[in-house]
Amino acid sequence: MKKLFSVLLAVCVVAGIVSLAGCGNSGRVTINVYNWGEYIDESVLSDFEAETGIRVNYTTYASNEEMYAKVASGAASYDVVVPSDYMISKMIEEGLLAELDYNNIPNYRYIGEDYKSLEFDPDNRYTVPYTWGTTVLIYNKTMVDPADVADQSWDLLWNEKYANQILMFDNPRDAFGIALKKLGYSMNTQNRDEWEQAAQELKKQKPLVQAYVMDQIFDKMGSGEAAIAPYYAGDALIIQQDNPDIDYYLPKEGANFFVDCMCVMKNSEHKTEAEQFINFMCQTDVAVKTADVIGYATPHTAAKEALDPELTSNPVVYADAATLANTEVFLNLTPEIGKLQSELWTNIKKD
Amino acid sequence: MKVLSRIYNYLIFAFLYAPILVMIVFSFNSEKSRTHFGGFSLRWYEALFHDQVILKSLYLSLLVAFLSAVIATLIGTLASIGIHSMRGVKRKAYLAVNNIPVTNPDIVTAISMMILFVFFVTRFHGMEMGFGTLLISHITFNIPYVILSVLPKLRGLNANIFEAAQDLGCPPVPAFVKVVIPQIFQGIVTGFIMAFTLSLDDFVISYFNSGSTAQTLPVTIYSMTKRPYSPKVNALSTLLFVAVMVLLIVVNLRRNGDQKKEVNV
Repeated sequence: MKKLFSVLLAVCVVAGIVSLAGCGNSGRVTINVYNWGEYIDESVLSDFEAETGIRVNYTTYASNEEMYAKVASGAASYDVVVPSDYMISKMIEEGLLAELDYNNIPNYRYIGEDYKSLEFDPDNRYTVPYTWGTTVLIYNKTMVDPADVADQSWDLLWNEKYANQILMFDNPRDAFGIALKKLGYSMNTQNRDEWEQAAQELKKQKPLVQAYVMDQIFDKMGSGEAAIAPYYAGDALIIQQDNPDIDYYLPKEGANFFVDCMCVMKNSEHKTEAEQFINFMCQTDVAVKTADVIGYATPHTAAKEALDPELTSNPVVYADAATLANTEVFLNLTPEIGKLQSELWTNIKKD
Repeated sequence: MKVLSRIYNYLIFAFLYAPILVMIVFSFNSEKSRTHFGGFSLRWYEALFHDQVILKSLYLSLLVAFLSAVIATLIGTLASIGIHSMRGVKRKAYLAVNNIPVTNPDIVTAISMMILFVFFVTRFHGMEMGFGTLLISHITFNIPYVILSVLPKLRGLNANIFEAAQDLGCPPVPAFVKVVIPQIFQGIVTGFIMAFTLSLDDFVISYFNSGSTAQTLPVTIYSMTKRPYSPKVNALSTLLFVAVMVLLIVVNLRRNGDQKKEVNV
């Protein structure tokens, strides 16, 4: 009896402390915003708080998968999240995202038509685009023969002349995307045979690859340790600032076109305030600040005009609609294809 | 032979401290590059003190580290006194229970605690994961370390001293505070410092148990690594390193001072 009592007491104490945490901030509404690390000008958060009286609890993540794991675990509740295209389609399928009331987001009108009605949200019900970009091929002008880049193709990544100077994406989705595009297939193909062929291409490329990397590309390309690497357009500019010998192009076979969007979670208790926040982020002056800090292209038409014309006239970073016609957004893969992809990828990496 | 051992010694130190040295040097870089040093500048320190997201999580990390260390030290010290007075199988059982969380992989501790918290949160409305759950989880993983550093001190303690104090007319509680605590104080301080540092650099447990509101510093820094990471992190780490260094030097100087005093007596 005494033991049972002490166990009950312990449970009550735990419950008490957990509930204490819940009622810390009464009165003012607080919204939880979950965004990529280093993906905002933090000063706009206090501007928003001052203007609306809504408190913002701002936390950050490093990848779509990390964000998804946290959101889906039930251990955390967020109001605003900023997933990328394929993760948006997955979250819509699983019913995690709320349909937005666009009457509360009048600044949505500034978003360019090129970034609306995309495949992951064809009727514009869930998303407000935040940034966009494409993958590009980055190379060092002093290390690569101009003749080899003349045809602006992904083939450069398979050029034996540059064995051990080539870097490749260390994630299956981007790596297979390039191989599929090189073969002329869709990045979202459902055809198993095409995936197998892409895997063969990546296997063929492996002996030439110096390393499979993600953000180490900044160091390796910046210091001239490697000559060729695929990465995101906005980041190519950052590497170029570091090393003026760097140049880049959008391969003619087409590339991945990615869009990160602001969305509201279905279980948000402050949906109106969350929409108010999204609307604030689409205010022209705020969008300009955001674009300045991130360096990726903004879908905000008025903000684009206010930015440095040298940047917005860049034909790669701000690729025009004709060029973008050749690019593709990632869609959520079916479970079977997803499984095939990870099997093939493990196979490539292991031998 | 002596030369060889000296070289070996230097090599070990080089491996231990070279990365930290590089980090400190690059925190003063005037450029964003991680490979090229463009000149001395304090711009990353300035940027660091303007970064609300980093500062907020630093504050939260320090608060959680301090609170969890204080509470875990209290609970842990009392627990070790209890365990110390036990004998035989019971004592062994308690020690084993205490050691399991220490050897358990962090990820298991983290997930199991998260499942427990999620269970509570979904059953009882109005509860929410956040600072409270973060603090509980940190206290939980800190307690065994405090016990492990206080118990040996108790073992070295002469049990008769406590009884002698009572024989001389001191009531049990003051006797405990004035006689036992000073003797095991070193162990308590070690336990506290260990709990504090473990809590400060924990990633896995904080990541799973912080809910949507409480983000600690390691989690924030990790989230910055996808993009070309900012040298602000170098500046921050340098400051933390210097702070810990100063703290250790102060603690050591004090200890040396105490020893000298004892010799003089």
